[in-house]
Amino acid sequence: MKRRSSLVAAALLTACLSLPLLAPAQTPPAKVLRMVPHANLTVLDPIWTTAYITRNHAYMVYDTLFATDSKGKVQPQMVDKWSISKDGKVWTFTLRDGLEFHDGKQVTSEDVIASLKRWASRDTMGGILAKFITQYEAVDAKTFRLVLNEPCGIVLDALGKPSSNVPFIMPARIAATPGTEQIKEVIGSGPFIFKADEFKPGDKAVYVKNTKYKPRSEKPDGMAGGHVVNVDRVEWLFIRDPQTQFNAIKAGEVDMIEQAAFEQVSSLKVTEGVQIVDLSGAGLQFFMRFNHLYPPFDNVKIRQAAMVALGQEAFLKTQVGVPGLYRYCKSIFPCGTPYASDNSSYFTGMANPQKAAQMLKEAGYNGTPVVMLRPTDLASIAKLPLVAKQQLEAAGFKVDLQQMDWASVVARRAKKDAPDKGGWNLFFSAWASADIASPLTMAMLNAQGDKGWFGWQNEPRFEELKAKFARASSDGEKKKLAEQMQILAMDTATHAPLGQYNQPSAVRKNITGLLENGGLVPLMWNVRKD
Amino acid sequence: MSTWQRLWDNSAVKFGVIVLGLLIVLAAVAPWLGTVDPAAMDSANINTALGTHGSFALLDGSSIAHTFWFGADSFGRDIYSRVIYGTRVSLLIGITTAVVAIGIGAVLGMLAGYFRLVDGLLMRFMDGLMAIPAILLAIALVAALGAQLWTVVVAIAVPEIPRVTRLVRSLVLTLREEPFVEAAKALATPTPVILLRHILPNALAPLIVQGTFVAASAVLTEAVLSFLGLGLPADVPTWGNIMAEGRVQFSQYPSNVLFPALFLVPTVLAINLLGDGLRDVLDPKFAKR
Amino acid sequence: MLRFLLRRLLAVLPVLLVVAVVVFLILRLTPGDPAAVIAGNNSTNEDIDRIREQLGLTKPLLAQFGIWLGNVLRGDLGYSYYLSKPVTALIAQRIEPTLSLALGTIILAVGLAVPLGTLAAWRMGGWLDRLLSAFSVAGFSIPVFVTAYVLIYVFAIQLQWLPVQGYQTLFGAGSRGLAAWAYHLVLPWITLAMIYVALIARVTRAAVSEALTEDFIRTARAKGLTEGAVLLRHALANAAVPIATVVGIGVALLIGGVVVTETVYAIPGLGSLTVDAVLNRDFPVIQGVVLLFSVAYVFINLLVDLSYLVLDPRIRY
Repeated sequence: MKRRSSLVAAALLTACLSLPLLAPAQTPPAKVLRMVPHANLTVLDPIWTTAYITRNHAYMVYDTLFATDSKGKVQPQMVDKWSISKDGKVWTFTLRDGLEFHDGKQVTSEDVIASLKRWASRDTMGGILAKFITQYEAVDAKTFRLVLNEPCGIVLDALGKPSSNVPFIMPARIAATPGTEQIKEVIGSGPFIFKADEFKPGDKAVYVKNTKYKPRSEKPDGMAGGHVVNVDRVEWLFIRDPQTQFNAIKAGEVDMIEQAAFEQVSSLKVTEGVQIVDLSGAGLQFFMRFNHLYPPFDNVKIRQAAMVALGQEAFLKTQVGVPGLYRYCKSIFPCGTPYASDNSSYFTGMANPQKAAQMLKEAGYNGTPVVMLRPTDLASIAKLPLVAKQQLEAAGFKVDLQQMDWASVVARRAKKDAPDKGGWNLFFSAWASADIASPLTMAMLNAQGDKGWFGWQNEPRFEELKAKFARASSDGEKKKLAEQMQILAMDTATHAPLGQYNQPSAVRKNITGLLENGGLVPLMWNVRKD
Repeated sequence: MSTWQRLWDNSAVKFGVIVLGLLIVLAAVAPWLGTVDPAAMDSANINTALGTHGSFALLDGSSIAHTFWFGADSFGRDIYSRVIYGTRVSLLIGITTAVVAIGIGAVLGMLAGYFRLVDGLLMRFMDGLMAIPAILLAIALVAALGAQLWTVVVAIAVPEIPRVTRLVRSLVLTLREEPFVEAAKALATPTPVILLRHILPNALAPLIVQGTFVAASAVLTEAVLSFLGLGLPADVPTWGNIMAEGRVQFSQYPSNVLFPALFLVPTVLAINLLGDGLRDVLDPKFAKR
Repeated sequence: MLRFLLRRLLAVLPVLLVVAVVVFLILRLTPGDPAAVIAGNNSTNEDIDRIREQLGLTKPLLAQFGIWLGNVLRGDLGYSYYLSKPVTALIAQRIEPTLSLALGTIILAVGLAVPLGTLAAWRMGGWLDRLLSAFSVAGFSIPVFVTAYVLIYVFAIQLQWLPVQGYQTLFGAGSRGLAAWAYHLVLPWITLAMIYVALIARVTRAAVSEALTEDFIRTARAKGLTEGAVLLRHALANAAVPIATVVGIGVALLIGGVVVTETVYAIPGLGSLTVDAVLNRDFPVIQGVVLLFSVAYVFINLLVDLSYLVLDPRIRY
């Protein structure tokens, strides 16, 4: 008796568990593009944070007024036509037809103005632009005006800014959220729709094709041109372990790894069905930042000695190692961007320990140990401090290497205490070229002392030159001013560029149509999966 | 026959002692086994295949002929040297953690077992510590104290202390009622002397057995912490760190992970077997089997 | 029995309080500033200070603890700094993978280890016994991730019988059914089970072999019972209590293995959530998850103790 009832129970249980298997067959298989992004998507507000992953997410679901093409030129995107008044103080823009948000409402000037205001409250370049604007005018639903107090040379540069923070256009009611708080909804007018119900932080993010999106007619070029989507669904899978990433792309479980680990590049190249693609344009730049507040680097001559002791070749070889993916560049503006210049004063980017030792002696270095921060868990830059230590010690510096995880590094670099009391003298990082292509966006040139970027250099001449730059009307004038800022940066040793490199992606061979751009954004429109 | 003879007769103990002895010798003579500085990087030797007879550029600029028995890693460091030198650090971590955990656990256990006042509060606290998953506690401690040798030892030892405390406490509770302790108390022997001279020797055997298990666990936990990127800094050669570095390219160079594993597994195995053997011999309950 | 339960539940409270205090203190004393992590590279000290204030980190420690504890008692585990979601939502989202992994491992391990251990004890000194002994000690001498990588290399890459990574949900949106769910968990289950089979088999063997030396076994055999009945109804039944105990202990050790396994197989469970949270100094998540694990541990211990009532009728509470 007992056995029979347990058999019945077992049968019922099996039946219930198999029900999902009997689910009705799905509609014909959708084209799904699966990518492993370089980081976890956590913040969904591209104005609240400058994190690249959030910016990449925003490019999927939002649209911009203007966009930068692969050559660095600003092209219209949401804007159809625009005109400038004779005195240069009134800019009038007309939006394209058919621009609609994902909730079905049309994109209007109100939305544009609210979004621009919110962006300007957080972004440096936006803030500079906002100082020129006396009035935002919504002429009608599709036309708006910016009234300036004087002619400004950076209006289009700002509105077409490719990298963090990008002036994405959101509905006015969402853009009303103060810039210091995060938005709660993701509604844009871009080529993809974010599936908030399928978003699992740390696991996956899902986007579906926005069938109502009306792309421009031009060919896609960088962020500009027509954004035509050729897949039905895009899934971002957050796989942290590089070995698991490799295995997954080899087995075809993912189609693309946004940033292939350099150590994996040679193996990925020979893996069947997989290829290495480099879309990073001018790539990224490593750099070392000084703390200008404390000895020994409060002395400009000692900073210059350090600059002379460093040689880019060793950094690039050790940290990147793959030939063809790195290059030497002594300009603070990455080579390949509009303002790169060879005029770098005394800085050569080639190690000269003897000269550095001499400069150090003349500057009166008394052996104060230099506290150098090294992030142990950030593979992309973890090798740089070890090379720097070797080179600086060869010039006679005493180096105190402090190793900790990245969370501790970012906490410590924000501390203005003395280096031996919890502060620091040197830290390392990397920027995408799009973020440091312009003197107005380069964080290291924020030399407003206590309110400046970490390192707290106090050099008012930068702000003067930046103000002139914003007013410059011709490209030639801008180039000259940028060069002046570069020379000033070298002479005051704001930071040391440690070399330029490209970040390749690993892609399965049936994926085509990937677009090169200087912001390292993995653009998902135009991509085909065969 | 004497305890020592019985110990040596036990095959598990024999195996454990021999293997560990070999490893200690290996660790001691590391510089003379054809190794180079385990932290030195030679960028010309990145990912050199195993078995290559090549040259290694030293820090002062000169280069020496060197055979990369286990190949080189992605920094250009010789894996053979790192594994051999890694024996030192891994053994050190194992032994130190065991000593710290046993030492502190024994003291706390004796206090808890002997003084009723201390018992209640201490055991509640130990229960709380045991309820926190050991690996998460270790991770949190390393994050809090920084990644150095002593902090990793502390981080691995702390989760082990409650179990040792319980063990010693229960021993003390039973021993306390023994006639020889009563006699000592009647003779007005000071408490510390009672604890040290009468109670501790009787607890020594189970403590040593427990110590070996703690040591085995410590070597494994260090490997896991390094694997998660939360152990000693990456340039310190420990088997865990070598495996963590090699895991990035496991499918291409499986030997980078397998060689340190080849040292790690027998080490932990030997320590575990040693503990098993010691327990079989020293613990009367198991003797009859 | 009711009094027993009540007493046990009351004893749990101070333990949980200790857990809460210990975790809170460790985290707050950890270097690393969640505000700086959130602020990112392109920020200034102003941004960091503002975020820190928003997160409530500028209040005195005791106040922060009090606020957090008060919220916990109301069922609110706080808001993740880094992932901008309520901690309870994150836990709810990631508990299924971890539970699937843990429960599957325990069932597999017990299902394999108890029969094997019993058989080994029955034929002590035989080839099965010796093999099992060797395997047992080896089982918990190999780090979990080494086992994982070797299994992946052999079964997923070379033979391509099983997937390399990933997790398929069983319930909810995006579920592709029971088969897909199990298919992706086979390798993770085997990886973790190895340690537990080793542990449980050892204890089973020891307990059963001890039971087999008892007089009642001779009586049972003399009565004419089949060996199977002797093993199951007499030997194993008497070994049940120590086996249950070690299963309970094993669950506590399971968490460590789960953390590593989730990382290697890219399973989005509580283990990987916690590791990320530690690296990002996401205090509310760490506190919430550790508290949850501790509650589970205490609860499982209670369950094990209660199971004794079923397994050994002589035990009364």
